[in-house]
Amino acid sequence: MPAPDIILQAQGLTKEFLGFIAVKNVNLAVKRGSIHALIGPNGAGKTTVFNLLTKFLTPSSGTIRFDGVDVTNEQPAVVARRGLVRSFQISATFPHLTVLENIRVALQRRAGLATQFWRSDKILRQLDERARELISDFNLDAYTDTPAVDLSYGRKRALEIATTLALEPTMLLLDEPMAGMGHEDIDRVVGLIRKAAVGRTILMVEHNLSVVSNLCDTITVLQRGEIIAEGDYATVSQDPRVREAYMGLEEA
Amino acid sequence: MTATTVSAGPAGVRTNSETWGRFSAAGLVVLLLVAPLGIYPVFLMKLMCFALFAAAFNLLIGYVGLLSFGHAAFFGTGAYVSAHAAKVWHLDPLLCVVLGAVAGGFLGVLVGYLAIKRKGIYFSMITLALSQMVFFIALQAPFTGGEDGIQGVPRGMLFGVLDLNKPMAMYGFVLVLFLFGMFALWRIVNSPFGQILKAIREHEPRAISLGYDVQRYKLIAFTISAALAGMAGGAKSLVFQLASLTDITWQMSGEVVLITLLGGIGTMLGPVVGALIVVTLENYLAAMDFPVTVLIGAIFVACVLLFRRGVVGEIEHALRKRA
Repeated sequence: MPAPDIILQAQGLTKEFLGFIAVKNVNLAVKRGSIHALIGPNGAGKTTVFNLLTKFLTPSSGTIRFDGVDVTNEQPAVVARRGLVRSFQISATFPHLTVLENIRVALQRRAGLATQFWRSDKILRQLDERARELISDFNLDAYTDTPAVDLSYGRKRALEIATTLALEPTMLLLDEPMAGMGHEDIDRVVGLIRKAAVGRTILMVEHNLSVVSNLCDTITVLQRGEIIAEGDYATVSQDPRVREAYMGLEEA
Repeated sequence: MTATTVSAGPAGVRTNSETWGRFSAAGLVVLLLVAPLGIYPVFLMKLMCFALFAAAFNLLIGYVGLLSFGHAAFFGTGAYVSAHAAKVWHLDPLLCVVLGAVAGGFLGVLVGYLAIKRKGIYFSMITLALSQMVFFIALQAPFTGGEDGIQGVPRGMLFGVLDLNKPMAMYGFVLVLFLFGMFALWRIVNSPFGQILKAIREHEPRAISLGYDVQRYKLIAFTISAALAGMAGGAKSLVFQLASLTDITWQMSGEVVLITLLGGIGTMLGPVVGALIVVTLENYLAAMDFPVTVLIGAIFVACVLLFRRGVVGEIEHALRKRA
């Protein structure tokens, strides 16, 4: 049984694709209220672990417990409804819906306004107040009625996180939130993540060790599908195997 | 096939397009009210049946992003069931059409349940395969009349009082059915449910990650689409007093794809305009030696090469750009 302060626990997680073992016997425990990073060089299996945890992939073996419940065999939408919500590596917005509509889609389900096909969508205006709060929180006020497709990359990220927070999730899983960003944008997203982390648990997959250095409480390093180190930044960055993994990458 | 033609523009633009939408809907109603004064009513009724059929199909391709290649199964089933109810059971014409819609919807649940488990081309192939099964059932089953179809279907007396053998009465009946169907679709697209459908079309994994059971939403949309296609088929069988194998062939499934593509995927009026073009061509070229299919094929190619958004889609796009 997981300790009560462990919100997400994976045990013996293994994923095999036609004989190729992408993830091998991964044991991961995320503490409630922490910001936890899963890092590793390209092809280390980070995204596979991520997809296993959010149920977008089914593990070959192993178990996943979220908030005391075994979710190993649940559908992704069910896990999401339990409060474990993921983001995507490529900004996942609904491109031809406006910023306001994007956030409302996230609000609709909990408000019980998702399956009524006989009512006017004007009824959704009752969600606007909450949606606008979230839009303000992420400084998107000027873009409320802009289709998401027309936003800059950084603002799409902000919209995505705002949409995710609209679900009021217990835990967020962020898939490479800094992917493809410049330095200014990275600082901005770090700020967004700190904002989102208040009262929540976050597990983020990241490629770059330095990005997570001052953001995350715990860092787990994955290489070739296996965990090679875990701890805070100081511990992990001194680990010879981690240094080798990253140096090896830099030489390549 | 991706369908991203429809899009809600910024608020200001949307208000414009909303006004424009109301204006064109009112225009369409007025047009349909005066049209039978100058145009052969049976032609107009055929047009409305096909427009409704295409609009029902468009709910899936335009607003959920699902390309069904077996919609003739629902149209044809609706036609057979309505024809049978009218000819054998002597039911009220409205009830016949309702039964056609129910039959289409029921078949839609079955086909949809199997097909939505797959995506993209696999989805289309499953709908095609299942609709071919329905075709062979229609060919073999005793009540469909095989190659002959069900002929001489009586139009009957609506509510026991209105004789639908009078062309104008029949025209009014079909017009009401058509407007009801179009209104239902408009309501669905602009409803809380429609908003989730659009979200699924735009980014399905994201909709799942927000906790939506997308299969359920797709199945509901599929069923509604099939039911309205069945209603269109039922109305068609009363108009022509005939339900035949033509209604249920894969060519008919292809025709509805063409009509929708030509008019504009994901637009409310696109299927109507598409039906107008295709039905007109078929009707006026039917008497000539020139093969209609060649011309329609050429138009299809031109549409794909030159105006991919379809007639209405291109107009809307131009209006939005100007705004």
